[in-house]
Amino acid sequence: MNTSMLDQVGHSTLGYLEYVGGLVIQSGKTIRALPKTLPLFGNWTRWRSAIGQMLAVGVEAIPMVGIMAVCSGFILAMQGASELRRFGALQYVIDLVTIGFTRELGPLLTAIAVSGRSGSAFSAEIGTMVVSEEIDVLRTMGIDPVEFVLAPKFLGALIMLPCLTVVSCACGILAGGAFMRIATGTAFGVYLSGVAHSIVLHDVMVGLVKSLAFAAIIVNVGCLEGLRVRGGPDSVGRSATSAVVKSTFLVILADVGFTTIFYLTGGH
Amino acid sequence: MDDPAISVRNLVVSYDNRRVLDGINLDVARGETMVLLGGSGSGKSTLLRQIIGLARPESGQVIVNGVDLSTTNQKELKKLHRSMGVAFQNAALFDSLSLEENVALPLRELTRLDESTIRLMTWMKLSVVGLADFRKLTPQELSGGMKKRAAVARALALDPQILVFDEPSAGLDPIVAAELDELILALKKAFNMTVLVVTHEMASAFRIADRMAMLYKGSLIAVGTKEELQNSSHPRIRQFLDRVPDRIFQTASTRETLEHYLEGGLL
Repeated sequence: MNTSMLDQVGHSTLGYLEYVGGLVIQSGKTIRALPKTLPLFGNWTRWRSAIGQMLAVGVEAIPMVGIMAVCSGFILAMQGASELRRFGALQYVIDLVTIGFTRELGPLLTAIAVSGRSGSAFSAEIGTMVVSEEIDVLRTMGIDPVEFVLAPKFLGALIMLPCLTVVSCACGILAGGAFMRIATGTAFGVYLSGVAHSIVLHDVMVGLVKSLAFAAIIVNVGCLEGLRVRGGPDSVGRSATSAVVKSTFLVILADVGFTTIFYLTGGH
Repeated sequence: MDDPAISVRNLVVSYDNRRVLDGINLDVARGETMVLLGGSGSGKSTLLRQIIGLARPESGQVIVNGVDLSTTNQKELKKLHRSMGVAFQNAALFDSLSLEENVALPLRELTRLDESTIRLMTWMKLSVVGLADFRKLTPQELSGGMKKRAAVARALALDPQILVFDEPSAGLDPIVAAELDELILALKKAFNMTVLVVTHEMASAFRIADRMAMLYKGSLIAVGTKEELQNSSHPRIRQFLDRVPDRIFQTASTRETLEHYLEGGLL
């Protein structure tokens, strides 16, 4: 009984270690292949593929990220106002929304939206390529699948996630302003000058650095889940679900890590 | 055999403690067409993956064009892959690319040829398989047989010394399958390539093979010419050639069991 339990714990631990090891190795390979996707230095076909990924990961996600940020900005402003009103500190809603979005909600909401949209898409696309032997075809041609398939996705996400984060922050902060206008009659100009006062370049940079790390997590988890597909179409579906769950979990875990580091180093 | 194109020595492969290939020894001479026969689950796809370098042997050696796949590095493996064309069972064409782009892919990725030369070479390869007029179509617009021929054109793109086919006739009607057999024969005659074909279609195998090897439960039970296999008295080979089933479904017994179940008994 005890041996069996120990066995299970051992197997699970080895499974997790194998997964993390695979993720680290694949990330290293993808980063090494990244220069080959750049224009001028690299291969034009890869760059064209990366532009396609930027459209899919970034441009097509703008409405979703924007709506999520507007709703969250409105909610944050409402919740903040309901508490701060009691202390007569309604003007701090502006700081709450601005700092909340630039440091935290902007990058996190964007990463969760992209993880749901593109993480699953990466996994399903690569999983289908595995099932239909397209990845094997690339290998037997002597073409590295990491360079051909993964690197353009990585570059696309690395460029677009920070852009989407900026869009998300802007939408969230503007939604806060709309709430303040409706609820308290604060003029939009006054709100924006409050935003300009409370926004800090350091916070914006922290948010952008976080979004780069989140992009790396989403792409690598999505692609690894796709490459681990074995069997038929049902395993492609499972891998897509798994990609979303694991990348969202790892994004939140990474966010905790970043926030702790910045908190301990006095960055916040 | 002097300097074989493919040489497999004491190859052992296991999955989850289950031995899939058990001490395989096989040589394929240069310019020869070797057909690898075997039933479902006999290990022929596993052997094929070892020979085309998609998996490393657990023990034993796989030597292709003088390169030992068990010890070679990625750079050498890439170089070897350029001398080998593989046509997969499901064609495995890239759906987002046109037929022309699929065939041009290895040329664009692995050579420094200019675009006009690539286009000319692509047209030539597609002409060889009779698909030049369909080059602008995408894989979704092609029939099963056309997809397989397109996969052959792509496998031929870099003028390989070794051409490998995984189940070329699977899923095709007899006429299209026969056309594909003739294409394999014509390619071999025209380019003098070493051809390795994995199949369980006997008619196709006897049409194209110079020699045949038969796998059964992870072991090679016969390697020889068509005539040698045809005249073999090995019970498993006879069963395979004469299409004798392993078990006959007992319809009477099935009926009795069902009646028993319907009367309230247990299955």
